[in-house]
Parts: sequence; C-alpha cells; structure tokens
Amino acid sequence: MHIVVCIKQVPDSAQIRVHPVTNTIMRQGVPTIINPYDLFALEAALQLRDKFGGEVTVLTMGPPSAADSLRKALTFGADRAVLLTDRFFAGADTLATTYALATAIRKISETFGAPDIVFTGKQTIDGDTAQVGPGIAKRLGLLQLTYVAKISEVDPVARTIEAERRSEGGVQVLKTRLPCLITMLEATNEIRRGAMVDALRAARADIVTWSAKDAGVEDISKCGLKGSPTIVKRVFAPSARAEKAAFVDFANRAPAEALIEEMFKRQPKLEAELVVSARGF
Amino acid sequence: MSEPTKAPAPAGRAATKKELPEHFRDYKHVWVFIEQERGQVHPVSWELMGAGRKLADKLKVDLAAVVIGPPGEAVQHAAAEAFCYGADLAYIVADEVLTDYRNEAYTKALTDTVNTFKPEILLLGATTLGRDLAGSVATTLLTGLTADCTDLDVDADGSLAATRPTFGGSLLCTIYTLNYRPQMATVRPRVMPMPERVEKPAGRIIVHKLGLVEDDIVTKILSFIPDRDSAKSNLAYADIVVAGGLGLASPENFQLVRGLAAVLGAEYGCSRPLVQKGWVTSDRQIGQTGKTIRPKLYIAAGISGAIQHRVGVEGADLIVAINTDKNAPIFDFAHIGIVTDAIRLLPALTEAFRARLSPHSRDRIAS
Repeated sequence: MHIVVCIKQVPDSAQIRVHPVTNTIMRQGVPTIINPYDLFALEAALQLRDKFGGEVTVLTMGPPSAADSLRKALTFGADRAVLLTDRFFAGADTLATTYALATAIRKISETFGAPDIVFTGKQTIDGDTAQVGPGIAKRLGLLQLTYVAKISEVDPVARTIEAERRSEGGVQVLKTRLPCLITMLEATNEIRRGAMVDALRAARADIVTWSAKDAGVEDISKCGLKGSPTIVKRVFAPSARAEKAAFVDFANRAPAEALIEEMFKRQPKLEAELVVSARGF
Repeated sequence: MSEPTKAPAPAGRAATKKELPEHFRDYKHVWVFIEQERGQVHPVSWELMGAGRKLADKLKVDLAAVVIGPPGEAVQHAAAEAFCYGADLAYIVADEVLTDYRNEAYTKALTDTVNTFKPEILLLGATTLGRDLAGSVATTLLTGLTADCTDLDVDADGSLAATRPTFGGSLLCTIYTLNYRPQMATVRPRVMPMPERVEKPAGRIIVHKLGLVEDDIVTKILSFIPDRDSAKSNLAYADIVVAGGLGLASPENFQLVRGLAAVLGAEYGCSRPLVQKGWVTSDRQIGQTGKTIRPKLYIAAGISGAIQHRVGVEGADLIVAINTDKNAPIFDFAHIGIVTDAIRLLPALTEAFRARLSPHSRDRIAS
C-alpha cells in the first residue's frame, strides 16, 4: 500500500500574540508544530501500513523551514518526506493550495507509485477551513470520506474500504473504492512515540524538495496569491463593546448572593426562566 | 456579531480596479442550501435564510432556497417552509440516490444547479455535511469559499464582504471573492440569529433533474448509527449554558461547572485549552472552532475570553464572567463581571441557586 499524508506546519496557537497597536500577528519566536489534527491522519496511515505493508509518504507545502515538521513526521515512522516549496506558492488560499498539492501528489504518484489513500487532518488550527481535503479529492478525482472516526476494513485486493464517518446526529458507515481521500477526525487514535531507529533515520534522511517546476506545475498563475479567488482585504481586532462589564461589589456580603441579585436585577424575567429550566431536567 | 460592521467600510472591488469577467455578469440572486437529512431541516439553514434575506434586499435581487433530497413529502415540506423564512423561490433536486447524504451525488446536484441557474452568492451551514459539500462544490466550480463567517454584508459595489476569525481566532478578517462566481460562504450553526417564521403560501418552485442512477455512485451507505440521546449535547441550542476555562486549575474542578449546570438545568461547556489538555471532550468546546451559543444566560467561570471564544458567545442575552484577573478580556464583552476565584465561587453559587430554585423553597415562600 502507498499512503500519502498531507500535513501542515503551523504556529503553536497557544503562543500567538497580537501586536496591540498594529493588529498584526507577532510571529517572532513563536514555535511551530505539526498541525495537531494531522497527527491523527498520520497515525491512521502508519497503522494501515503496519497492517498491510507498503510506504507512507508525508507531503507538505510551505517555506523551507517546514522541513522541520516533515523530519518530525519521519521520526514517528513515515517512510518518505516531500517538501513543496517555492515563492510562487506564497499567499495561497485553499483553492490555490489544493492545486499545488494535487499537482505534487500526481508527481509523487509518477515517481514513487500511485497512492491508495491520501490522508489529511480534518482541518488546521490556523486556518480552520476544513476545505483542503475535499479540494484535493475533487482535483484528483478521489472518492472522499471526511470526518472519519474509524477505518473498519480495507481490502487491498478488492480495492475497497469501509469506514465510519461522523455526520450530523450520528455515524454513517460507508463502503467505497480505493483510491480515496480520508480526512481523519480528532481523538480517534494517539500518535506513537516513534522508535529510536526511526529517529536516527529521520536525522539523516534526505527530504525530497520540489519547486513548482519540479512538481510539474504547468500554470504558475493557478498558484499562490495569483491563483487565489479569495482576497483578504482587512485584518482587524474586534472593537470593544461600548460598556464594559458591570462589576459586582460584594464587600459586605456573600459574593454568590450579590451576583445572583445583580443578574435578576438586570434581567427581571430570568428568575422565572431559571425555575422552568431547573425543573425541566 | 455586530462589532465588525461598525468598522470602516471595506473597499471591495473599488480598491482593486478589477472588472468582473464578462461570463460572470449574469450571475444573480442569493441562494441558501437547505440542509435536510432523514426528513429534518437543520436549523442553520433557516438562520442562513435570515442572513441571505438581508443580502438579497441590499442587492435588490431574489433569495432562493435550494432543497436537495429524496422525492417525497420531506423535500416538499422543506421548500414550503423556506418561503415562511423569506424565500422568493425554491429549487428542488429530488432523486432516490439523494436519500442519504453522499458527497458524489450531492456535489453533482448542487454544482449542476449553480451552473444552470447562476447565483451570485451561495451560502451553506458549516456543519459536517455543509463543509464536506462546500469544499467539493467550490473546487468543482473553481470559485472562492470563505469558511465559518461571523458576519456577511455587501459593499456599495455589490461584492460580498465575508468576515471570519483568522490566525486561530486572534483577529478578524474580511474576505472577498471579486472575480469569480458564485461567492461562496459557510456559517456555523447559531452564529446568525434565527429569523421569525411568517406563515406564507409557497411561491415559485423550480425542479431540476439530477441525471444520476445508483450505479453511477461508487460510495454505498451500509448503515447509519444515530447518536444515543445521552451522548447528544444540545449545547448550541441551549437556553442556559455554564462553562469553565483554565482558571479552574485542575480537571477535577471541572465538576464544579457540571454541578452548577445540573442545578440550573443548563448545558455545560468549556474553552479551547481544556479540550487541548484533554480535560473535556471536544463536543463541549465553545468558540470559533467549537460550538457557537446564543443562550439567555451564559456563565463563564475562569475563562479569559480570547477572541476565538468571544465570537462563539457574543449572541448570549446575558453574559456573566467570573475571573480573578480584573483585566481579563472577557470583562470587555461580559454584561456582569465578578472578580473572584471561580473555584471558590462556583460551589457557593450552586448552593445559592439550589436554594432559590428548588420547588421546596418555592412552596415555603408561597405559604
């Protein structure tokens, strides 16, 4: 089996700070990590490889420094890493990103063998769009399984796969054909620690690095900012509400009582509503 | 969210000196995809009808509902309901192969309808179904798609200004799709207020044929396992919500949030860091990447109030914040604040509410 896992290197959101005056993101010194949702995809891919044999190729598009995340993925046990990096890719929205990644996956297919499954995380923590997985699937003509909680069965001979997919109000159990694209739901597995032998291999591994031309991009105008139908016009912090919170003064009394009285004073109907709500359960 | 609209009007097309390509000029009208599964319309569809109505009125165009599903009463009923929520017309694609949601069939149904009838704006709910479908449709049409918008407006030149949180929810940005049509956007449930339903007779209905047979569709549904009632959280649509954040200091203390919620008959939730720490499951997360809520009462205990949390709770009628830091951002958008330790206050608050709300105490007051 050949499995391609698309990952993204993202700033560690817990440490992002916004400049108070210019409203820009202060990126300096913010550590980068593999998008946490992608680790569930990577682990699912590694488990399938362990079961059926074959190879896992990790792919990312980003600046040269994104090689760090690929190397990390190799320490978890991925077999090969491909970095797609070119200034033409800068400023890509999701449509331009899927054009570049789909082109690179075709090149991976020619060079290292056609993938049976392409994995992505369900979304990234910096963009939060969940659009790149479905976009890659559509461009490559792959069947699409999003929000997959469990891969119940893969038959590499019959070329079929059964999976449980989270949907509104329940779980769909689906059967489809390979090759397909899966976006993996969070908390469905736990990324392995990675073996010492993988760590040693990762440290020395050559990361396959492709420019747009190397990857076989024919139309540069479909990449990056130029190839993006969406345009970000304005980035801003939400303006503060005119009045701040009214602070409850509880100098001479029980804070809980003071707070409840303030709530009922502000919304006289609230007490009656709470009585109904409290009895409803 | 009301704040972003108060900021200076965005520039839109005027600033780019770009012209909409000729072949997109006949794209007109605002469409809302009506999401229905197993005979039930997802309420986010009606919320989007409210937002779509405003856009259509500003653009002086029609608002259309697009209903896709199996032939039968459910689809007809959904279309009829759409008129009560403000539709001028409805498109129906009904076929047996559309009985359950499958990406292949639904993507074809929606893209064919778009290519035939050419809307300028297409809105979908940012549910698992809506996000699965929107990504495929936008890529097929090679147009722009803005996910999880918190505000939708049209500029003086008629461009859709779609505002959403960015950089993990630390800032907001306004996004345009100037040179492609339709302009697509998704909105999460509860972000837009539910419009009032007004009884109206059905208007014009246009039926579009799908042109697929079951053999054309590779993916088969083996079964559907509905969530158990006990596992279902009604967080997004709850009237009363109590939530906790990092100020609770330990996973054991989250029980204090559950305790208060139980006494109030409320749903409980949490801020993002608690999910990332594994203290609480992700279906309880409130904020941009979790659930958006619009309760009558929201009590936030030990939550600092990052923008990504703020955009998920601003629709609440009354926000009560408990935090030890009087400069915490949550006090910028809460209505009532109390500067104290939530770990100490929550048990006292739970007891005080129990005393006030229990039937026993009522009876005593009555006698």
